[in-house]
This record gives sequence, C-alpha cells and structure tokens, in this order.
Amino acid sequence: MLAFIQESAAVADAEVRKLMRDPTELFSRAVQPVLWLAVFGQVFSQVRGIPTGDLRYLDYMAPGILAQSILFSAIFYGIAIIWERDLGIVHKLLVTPARRSALVLGKALAAGLRGLVQAAVVYLVAIALRVDIRWELLPMLIVAAGVFVGSCIFSTFSLVIACIVKTRERFMGIGQVLTMPLFFASNAIYPLELMPPWLRTVAVFNPLTYLVDALRSAMIVGGKSVYAGTTSFGVMLAVFALLLALAARLYPGLAR
Amino acid sequence: MAASPEPIAIATVDLSKRFDRFTALDRLSLAVARGRIFGLLGPNGAGKSTTIKILTTLLDATSGTASVAGFDVAADPVEVRRRIGYVPQLLSADGALTAIENLKLSGRLHGLHGAALSERVRDALAFAGLDAVARNLVRTYSGGMIRRLEIAQATLHTPEILFLDEPTMGLDPIARKTVWERLRQLRRERGMTILLTTHDMEEADALCDELAILHQGRLAVAGTPTALKAQVGPQAGLDDVFVHFSGAVIEHGGDFRDIRESRDTIKRLG
Repeated sequence: MLAFIQESAAVADAEVRKLMRDPTELFSRAVQPVLWLAVFGQVFSQVRGIPTGDLRYLDYMAPGILAQSILFSAIFYGIAIIWERDLGIVHKLLVTPARRSALVLGKALAAGLRGLVQAAVVYLVAIALRVDIRWELLPMLIVAAGVFVGSCIFSTFSLVIACIVKTRERFMGIGQVLTMPLFFASNAIYPLELMPPWLRTVAVFNPLTYLVDALRSAMIVGGKSVYAGTTSFGVMLAVFALLLALAARLYPGLAR
Repeated sequence: MAASPEPIAIATVDLSKRFDRFTALDRLSLAVARGRIFGLLGPNGAGKSTTIKILTTLLDATSGTASVAGFDVAADPVEVRRRIGYVPQLLSADGALTAIENLKLSGRLHGLHGAALSERVRDALAFAGLDAVARNLVRTYSGGMIRRLEIAQATLHTPEILFLDEPTMGLDPIARKTVWERLRQLRRERGMTILLTTHDMEEADALCDELAILHQGRLAVAGTPTALKAQVGPQAGLDDVFVHFSGAVIEHGGDFRDIRESRDTIKRLG
C-alpha cells in the first residue's frame, strides 16, 4: 500500500511541477467562466426566466460554472496523455515496475490539484461579480473536496477516452462532442425540475450533476442541494473508482 | 572438458506476434548471453521494435515464449520490469522537467527513496556528464545531452539488462560516439547486458558483440559481426551482410506513424 501511494505521489509531483512552470493554461481557462458568469449570468439574472427560489440567478449558476470550468479543463487532459504517448514518455513509465493504477491515480491527483487552483480563479471572478459566497471553513472544505474529486473523475474519464482513440485529432473531436452534453444534461445552469423527464433521467447518471449539487449548498449563501452530501460524494467516489479501474486496464494499451 | 555454457540474459523461443492478418514477428528464437551488447538489425517492418516491446513487457506475444533476466515476460512482467531499463527511440525525457526531476521520477517509480535516491541521482548525473545543467529544463538540452540523460534514467536502478531502440538516431557524430562510450562503460563497469536496435551499420560494427538480422519478422541470420562478414565474402562490410541477408537496402522508412515519430524526434534534436 505504501509503495502504491509513493508511486502515485511521484507521478503527481512531476505533473504539479510542470503545471507550476506553465500556469498560462490556468488563466486561459479562466476566460470561459468569466464569460458565463459576467455575460450569461448577468443577462439571465435580469430575465428571471429560470426559477431559482430566493437565490439570484447569478448566485445559483456560480457553482455550476465552477463545475463546468473543472469539467472543461479536465476533459482535455487526455490530449496531454496522447502527447506523452507520442513522445515515448508513456512507454518509459510502463516499463517501470510501478502499478498501472498508481500511474493513473498520480495523473488524476495532479488534475485534482489543478482543479483547486482553477476553483480559486473562479472564486475571484465570483467575488468581483458580488456572488454571495459562503466564507465558512467546513463548506469551503466541501467545495475543495468536490472540486478535487470532480477533477479526478473527468481527467480519468479523459484518459480513458485517450486510451481508446489514441490520436490527438480523434480526441479533439470526441472531447468537443462529450463536454457540451455533459454540461447541459446536468443541473449546472438550471434545476433538475425544469428538465423534461428523459433529460432528468440522463442527468441522474451524470456525475457532473452530483458535483454541482454538492457545490451548490456549500459555495453559496442560501444554496440548496437536492441530494445529501454523502450521496453526492458517494456517487462521485464510486464513479471515480470505476473509471480508475478502467483506465488502469486501458493505459498499457497506449504503448502498443 | 567442455566449457560451461554462458548464462543467458535474454531468450526467446518461437516468439510470434500477429496483428490481425499481419505477422510482425514469426517464430523468433534468440539467446543473448549475459554481459553482451547485442544488436537487432533489419529493414523497417522487420520486427525489431515488436521484439523489443515484447521483451520489455509493453506488448503481449501471440505465441511462443520469452524470458528476460530469468523471468518469463508473460508470467512475471513485474519481475522483468524490476530488472530492465529501456530507452525508447523517441526522446522520452520530459522536457518540462529538469534532469534531476526526470531522474527522481524514474527512481521513485523503481522504489528508490531518500538518501539512496539522492545518491543514485548524483551518480547518474556524473555518469551522463550533466552535473552543470542538472537544474535546467531538459527542453534546453541538445539531443546528445537528452540521450545521455535517458540512458542515465534507464540505468538509475542498476538494471541487469538495458534495451535501447535506435539510441543514436538523429544525433551528430560526436554525440553518437559519446553514447557508444556510455554504453561500453555500462557493460565494462556494471556487466550490463545491452540489446539495441539500429539502422546504423557503423554503430552495429563498432558496438555489438553479436548481431541478429531480422527480415519480414523472421530471423535471417545471427552471429558475431566478424563471422557474419566472413559468411558473405572476404571484403564484405556489415552493409553487404545486411543486404545479403535481408534482401533490402538500408533506409529509414516505415509507415506514416513511424515517419512522423522519427521526424518529431529529429526535430526535437534540432
């Protein structure tokens, strides 16, 4: 077990070092949440077309945009994996005795840390737009945990896709196709009750729904979650465990 | 009294690999004695990379057996991985990390930690001649420096056997000879067995104790460079041996992906 943790930590450490040296992506990824909150959020707050109870629409959607930012960033993680494959880095990792699951977990942990930095950027945007944020320790820890696990889920999902498609060109196409349905088939920008039944069914199987739901009550003053925190985190951890097992199985195929 | 047989580091028996209808490797039987530098030669598509991938546990064989350092690659892949180092054809050192960070990552994935890891990293940097630039990002290195780092990285955990796929492709003559010297040093000082693939006949002649020429997935011939040349004719060089046994001229071709990867590597080498 100790060896497994050490191997995962070694991979995560290398990934984080790379991220710290080139933070430009973090800031470029901040553009999208700024647009969603500052443009879409402000306009829809005026329209009042989406019932959000006592919450301003901008406050309601802020956790959804945080989750979206995590999703959009993590879902393209697979491109880096394909790049590593093309450079032979994957081959070199796979020739070490390290467990495949530890290599994959290390990548996911690094994505989790990246997600936390990204969450800080979204918080800054939200503060600038006067979103009513909960500044309490426990809720903020819940947000951090949700962001971390969410990033792990979507980056590992991205790795699974990368292991299947294996080329950058195909991955870009599939990445675009997956992100928008995941986003719109969730409670990120409208409540589940507004969805037609078929879409609500899809949303129940979408891990983004549980991430947004957990974030909504923890991030925003007056925000309410549909599911209990244990349910949301339970579902997310189960999805992550499944994806991790699948990715560990598929990852060696990248070197063939 | 007969001399006792040399201990075998790598052995394959009827090793085959098929991709759908294409046979990449066809009943290859080889034995590499411990402490030797063994070269795999052959035109593109001959099965060299497939062989190296099976021996390094990256690819499963369709049939036949292979053992590396006394362990079956299919039954005990982790034990094999503990005992081998691998330098892929592509420049696989991570350019976004320093030499120290690249070395530490490899060491940690081989179970090295703390003072033992630091000591190995220090030795590896000295071996690669990279002490002065150890904290610079690898993307600022020349191709020769990257190759030396990769060899140091692949041997940090003192493996019994080192596999190298086209280790000097794209390097200038001086860098190429420095790599050769490092490989000879590994064999001389650590008794390491080295298996490499190459297109470079001068490299094969200068470096390898034994050679095997593959052609269309099959073993065409194997032996010492001197014996192989003698089989072809009194004035024959390894180029002649290659053409004679493989029926192919030496060229760096391959499929679209091979060419793209080779060009990427050469581009990275500047």
